This record gives sequence, structure tokens and C-alpha cells, in this order.
Amino acid sequence: MNARTSLLEAVAAWVLALLWVTPLAYAFWSALHPSAFATSFSLSAPWTLDNFVRAWNQAPFGRYYLNTVMLVSLVLAGQLVLSTLAAYAFVHFKFKGSAIAFALTLLQLMIMPDVLIVENYRVISKLGLLDTIPAIALPYMASAFAIFLLRQTFKGVPRELIEAARVEGAGPIQVLWRVYVPLARSTYVAFALVSVSYHWNNFLWPLIVTNSVESRPLTVGLAVFGAPETGVDWSVINAATVMTMAPLLIAFLIFQRQFVQSFMRAGIR
Amino acid sequence: MAEAASIDVPGDGVRSRAWLNAVNAWLLLLPAALFLGAFTHYPVLATIRSSLFVVRRNGGEVFAGLDNYGSMTEDPIFWKAFVNNVWFALGTVPTSIALALLMAIWVNRNIRGRGLLRLAFFTPTVLPMIAVANIWLFFYTPDYGLLDQLRSLAGLPGWNWLGDPRSVMGCLIVMVIWKEAGFFMIFYLAALQQLPPDLNEAAAMEGAGRFYIFRRITFPLLMPATLFIAINAVINSFKLVDHLVIMTKGGPNNASTLLLYYIYEVAFTFQDHAYAATLTVVLVAILSSLALLKFGYLDRRIHYQ
Repeated sequence: MNARTSLLEAVAAWVLALLWVTPLAYAFWSALHPSAFATSFSLSAPWTLDNFVRAWNQAPFGRYYLNTVMLVSLVLAGQLVLSTLAAYAFVHFKFKGSAIAFALTLLQLMIMPDVLIVENYRVISKLGLLDTIPAIALPYMASAFAIFLLRQTFKGVPRELIEAARVEGAGPIQVLWRVYVPLARSTYVAFALVSVSYHWNNFLWPLIVTNSVESRPLTVGLAVFGAPETGVDWSVINAATVMTMAPLLIAFLIFQRQFVQSFMRAGIR
Repeated sequence: MAEAASIDVPGDGVRSRAWLNAVNAWLLLLPAALFLGAFTHYPVLATIRSSLFVVRRNGGEVFAGLDNYGSMTEDPIFWKAFVNNVWFALGTVPTSIALALLMAIWVNRNIRGRGLLRLAFFTPTVLPMIAVANIWLFFYTPDYGLLDQLRSLAGLPGWNWLGDPRSVMGCLIVMVIWKEAGFFMIFYLAALQQLPPDLNEAAAMEGAGRFYIFRRITFPLLMPATLFIAINAVINSFKLVDHLVIMTKGGPNNASTLLLYYIYEVAFTFQDHAYAATLTVVLVAILSSLALLKFGYLDRRIHYQ
């Protein structure tokens, strides 16, 4: 009886898993076969990379890749620097107004830049940055979440290590660089994975502030490319879709465990 | 200078030390504070201000009190978006939580190839919503799409899945459940792995059935995780609108529009800045109450239970 239920469960689990991979499997199938086979599944269907070639030639995907890579790096670099400095200020220094400053920082966890599109558009436009990559990145540069995570990690740094560094004559910046930062490596990795995935995939804000090939990230480029009015066929659109998700998907397949753990930490806060 | 500013330089006066500490700390905070100020605090205040003004045809602003809010309560599309958002949350949250729990229990058990199972369930989480929308758009395409191909096998006529107000919301809900369930699964997995293993054994020794153990022991112990996931899921349901841009544009006849998407349309298609700000205030109010619930009440429960 017990063995039978567990067999039944295993079968159910596998059925659900198969159902879950179907959409993705379909995207790959149609991207890798001639468009005649977009809806007819036959084992004898010929394989082809032609859809990728056509997508690549019909839209500047090379440029979109470059834009996304620049965007993701810019956001991550800014976030790491700003949040390291801020977290260090909160942990290492006792000063008046520290609690209020921290509360004001945490406000961003409640009101994310994603919903402030109306006024943030105005700010970006006043700065004269519309339709540039920094325009997409700036609202996300200071990340309350990163500051919070790093503050937690920095708090766990043993007092003795800091004292030892100080005895050796290290100033505040050296203490940060030589003691705190190296001990927070796993936090940095976790945050970086979440940040890169988020900004690789982000869509609405980049759609609002970009308007040209030079600044559009992949997601926006894909939406422009796949718009029904363009009349591009499904297999080519799916090839473009696969291109958009591929780098992140490959990274995920390789570093599966780190991804899952990072996402978990990010969600728990 | 950096040397002298370190927290406990011997011999320094207490007051000047405190002062140097403060200067150093604020210098370190300054870059983050500038960005937070420019892109979070200022926009929030500016949004509230804009919502209290109307823009005249000549471009001048006139104080209007709560007039914008008054017209909002008379705007049927606002109510439509709001009700849609509630349905969207009700449609996606309980189902994806239930599926997530089931997935977590399976992945946590000794099923053959459970690494692959976890991979299959979690993968949709790392995909861009816009790519997901592209893939599912094809499933829902009338006549030519995958669902209608299946219907034609059964001899049924084509159905305009996304073009019919009766089916559009359901279609989007199914897609979002697919995208999100695996994400929630990992929180259940973490919670399951923290449960004491001897609890199950003890109960099994007493002759309790598997379902009984789940209902009376596992599920109640997972309650904090469930609440936590539920609030996160509801917050997500208010933020997730990417797919609307390419799948339905909120249509047909606003049947699938959501608050954030409506804000986007009002601000950037209809160019009505004051009204978009008014709607944003409502959305911010909803999201921050949910977040307060999460940080205040839930965190205490999860940590100290």
C-alpha cells in the first residue's frame, strides 16, 4: 500500500514536471525547426539554425546584447559600491540619526522604483538622460535590499578581527576593504545573482525610458521585434525569445544551487 | 585624516570623536542617500503633490485638493483595474502556493531524479516575463496556436483566448502560476528542511497516516512560511504587468488591465500626469500596507516562534 502510493506520487511528480517544461521545450522546438513545423511535431522534422540567423539579421540583437550587458554591469557596480559604503556606515559607526537614516533606507523595500514610474520619468527627463542606459540604471543604483543584506553580514564580523587590523595601523577604509568586504563574499555573490537576473529580465521601466536601438535592452528589443504588426513568423520570434533568455538560462543551469540559494535569501530579506 | 577618524583613537576627546564618527558615517552614506533621495523619497513626495493639482491647458498647475481622487472614484476603468487586480491575486496566489507546497514536498522526498524535478519546477523563475509572454502568446493564438490545434483535434472550433473577456484573465492567470510556483517552492523547501525529522517518525510510529501527518503536523508547522509566501505573492501580483504590454494591452475592453498597467497607460499614452500620480498614490498605499504587514507582524512571528 505504502509503496503503491509513493509510486503514484512519483508518477504524479514527473507528470507535473513534464507539464512544467513543455512551454520552454516548445520554444526551443520551434526555434530550432523550419517554420512549417511550428505547430506540427514530427520526429523527422529537420533541425535548423536558420531562425536564429534570420532573427539576428532582422533586428540589431548584437547591440541589444551589448546594451543589456552594459546595463546589468552598471547597475551591479553601482549597487555594490553604494551599498557597501552605506552598510559600513550603519554597522561600524555610531552617530546621531543613524536609526532614522536606516528607516528611510528601508522605505525603498516597501516602495520599489518599479511603481514610481511616473515621477522617476520626470526626474530622468530633468536630468536630460532620457533614452540612455544610465536612465534605466539610475533608479536602481541605491538598493535598500543590498544595504540591508550587507548590514546583516557586516554585523557578524568578529570584533577581534577589526581590532587586529586596527592595531596593524589600518584606517577606516582599509578596515572596510581588508576585513569586512572579504568576509562578506557569499553575500555579494548572492546579491549579484539576484541583481543580474532581475535587471536582465526587467522590462517596463526600460520600455518607458528608452526609445532607440542604442539604449534598448534585450527585453525591450524582443518586444519591439515580436510586435504583431511586424509580421515576423513565430519560429523567428521564438528564436529571438530563446536568444533573450539563453545567457541567464545557461548560467542558471551551471550554477543552479547558488541561484536557488540566492533567490531564497533575497525573498526572505 | 582617515586615520584620525577611526572610531576609537586613544586620547581623542569623546565629543570630537563622536563628531568625526558622524562626519565619516554621513560621508559614507552620502552616495546612497543621494540616489535614494532622487529616485525614492523625492518621487514619492512629488507623486503626492502632483495628485493634488490639475494641469491647465496652458500648462499651469492649479491646486485641486482631492478632486483627482474624486474623479478616480468615478472612473470605471480604475475600478475595473482594481477589481481585476483582486481577481488576478485570487487566481494566482492560492493556486501557486498549493502547487509550490506540493512541488516542495515531492522534491524533498526521495523520488528518483529529484534534482531534475527541482530544475523543471524552478526554471520558469529565471526567465524574463516578456519571453514567457511571447511563448504563451503563441499557445493562445486563435486557430493557429497550440491550444486551438488541440481543440481542432477534438473537432472543436477555434477560440479567441486572449480576445474574449471571459477567458483572457484565466489565460493570464495560468501563465503566471506557471512562472511563479517554482519560486515559492524554494521557500517551502527551506522551511521543510528545518522541520525536525523525528516528528514524522514519531507520528508514523503512532500509526498516523501520511495525509494525517501532513494535515495535523507538517502543514501547521509550515504556516509562517505560507503566510510569508502569500504576502509576497500578493505584492508580486500588483507589480507584475510586463506581459500585458505584448499580450493584451489591458484588453479586450479593459478586461485584463491591472493597476500598474493602467498607470502606465494614463501617464505615457494619455499623458495625464496628475491622474497617473493619483493612481500611483493608491498603488503605493496598497503596496506599503502589504509590506508593513510583512515586516511588522510576520517577521516577528517567523523569527520568534
